[in-house]
Amino acid sequence: MKNRKIYFDYAATTPLDGAVFRKMMPYLKEKYGNPSSIHKFGQETSQAIDTSREQVAKFLGCKLSEIVFTGSASESDNLAIRGLLKALKQRKRTGEGVHIITSQIEHKAVLETCKDLEKEGIKVSYLPVGPDGLINLDDLKAEIIPETDLVSIMYANNEMGAVQPIKKIGRIIAEANKNKEHKIYFHSDAVQAANWLSCRVNELGVDLLTLSGHKIYGPKGVGVLYVREGTPISPLITGGDQEGRLRAGTENVAGIVGMGEAISKIRNPKSEIRKMEVLRKKIVEGVLKIEESKLNGPIKKENRLPNIANFSFKGVEGEGLVISLDQEGVAASTGSACTSRELKPSHVLIAMGLSELEAHSSLRISLGKYTTIKEIDYFLRILPKIVERLRKISGR
Amino acid sequence: MYSKKVLQHFTHPKFFGKIKNPDAIGTAGNPRCGDLLTLYLKIDEKTKKIKEIKFETLGCAAAIAASDMICQLAKGKNLHQVMNISFEDVSKELGVLPPVKIHCAHLVTEALRDAIDKYREKIL
Repeated sequence: MKNRKIYFDYAATTPLDGAVFRKMMPYLKEKYGNPSSIHKFGQETSQAIDTSREQVAKFLGCKLSEIVFTGSASESDNLAIRGLLKALKQRKRTGEGVHIITSQIEHKAVLETCKDLEKEGIKVSYLPVGPDGLINLDDLKAEIIPETDLVSIMYANNEMGAVQPIKKIGRIIAEANKNKEHKIYFHSDAVQAANWLSCRVNELGVDLLTLSGHKIYGPKGVGVLYVREGTPISPLITGGDQEGRLRAGTENVAGIVGMGEAISKIRNPKSEIRKMEVLRKKIVEGVLKIEESKLNGPIKKENRLPNIANFSFKGVEGEGLVISLDQEGVAASTGSACTSRELKPSHVLIAMGLSELEAHSSLRISLGKYTTIKEIDYFLRILPKIVERLRKISGR
Repeated sequence: MYSKKVLQHFTHPKFFGKIKNPDAIGTAGNPRCGDLLTLYLKIDEKTKKIKEIKFETLGCAAAIAASDMICQLAKGKNLHQVMNISFEDVSKELGVLPPVKIHCAHLVTEALRDAIDKYREKIL
């Protein structure tokens, strides 16, 4: 019992796929050439990067030259937003405003970047979401003004799995661009969506799109930014010609190889999603048998990811719940920010209209390709006891 | 992240629960930070010693462990001694809390002081 290790935190990170790991291995040791070197050592590793770029481009349905490898999805988000604005600034007349539209439920890499830019006088609109975690497209339309330069809306949310209507947003922006003096660019953080949803950039209508290696059974320390040809963008890290001069620094070859291999393994088969829906359904039904528990986020399948379920339990604090589960061998996560310095609960759950106590009492379960029914059975056996114990302690 | 001692007090707290007809009740915390705690005290009229003490805490592992610890530290002491229990004492007894959790130690001392203040107001 004590040796049990059940991982229900795939939205935080995924284990590295064995086949991906094997592809990476040579580039950690024997194939060590600097891809910028012109000798054979360098050619070998620069070819490996090319192959990976092809794999990513195939997944996104884009050109090779539109892929930038970065050090993380957070870096990709920063490059998308700051890099675009940096480039646009050079084109703008003095006194001309800059405006970004994003949502209240973005990943911190987008949200904090926007908040940081506000300090520099850039105007940002944060779209609200409904109790289902979805933005309202009329809200988006209403926020578009002549100064709007960028819309950044995440594809799927990491905390409760809401999937935003990216295609529709893309069409609204394309329509708005017809009557606009300058273009609105569209960025989407697709980190959580990549395992399940089509990320073909032309279908989505995005100009910029973020991916991460370690959420798709690839390695940590590598991200991707798709940059549509013609999109103005300036590097944040200067000092070399790597990645089309958009990201200086000797490439993380093994990481990039792993990214390409991991992405090529995503097939979006309907059967995978169906399998995940069965597992999720079992969890949701089991958990909701606990009195005064509730499911947070979208209900309808088409509005959410198949692998994330977020719950709140009255009279229970999420961090204590996660620690208790961990003691029983189950790894999950919470929107209670008891570990963060600011102590405020999840901005995502608050934006959805949960009370502070409800947000503090949240538990996120995120499943993945190695999750089994047996693991879920075990989890559903121990969870009610833990909730009951914590409720006794809280007296609520 | 947590010391063994914190986990032990979190997993097996000895002082949780309510006291019927307590002589004093102290509270601390707010919904924003997610920690809400109540201390129940029985105080000996003559000796002014804390005869019995219990807590109810909605909070993280550190908040629950710190609640249990403050009860352990306060039990048997008189009001004067109890007022001298600092958040450092609570943290130290728990094998030092992580820096982000120090506020939990603050919170429990706050609740204890709140209880004593109310008790003193009542008997004056």
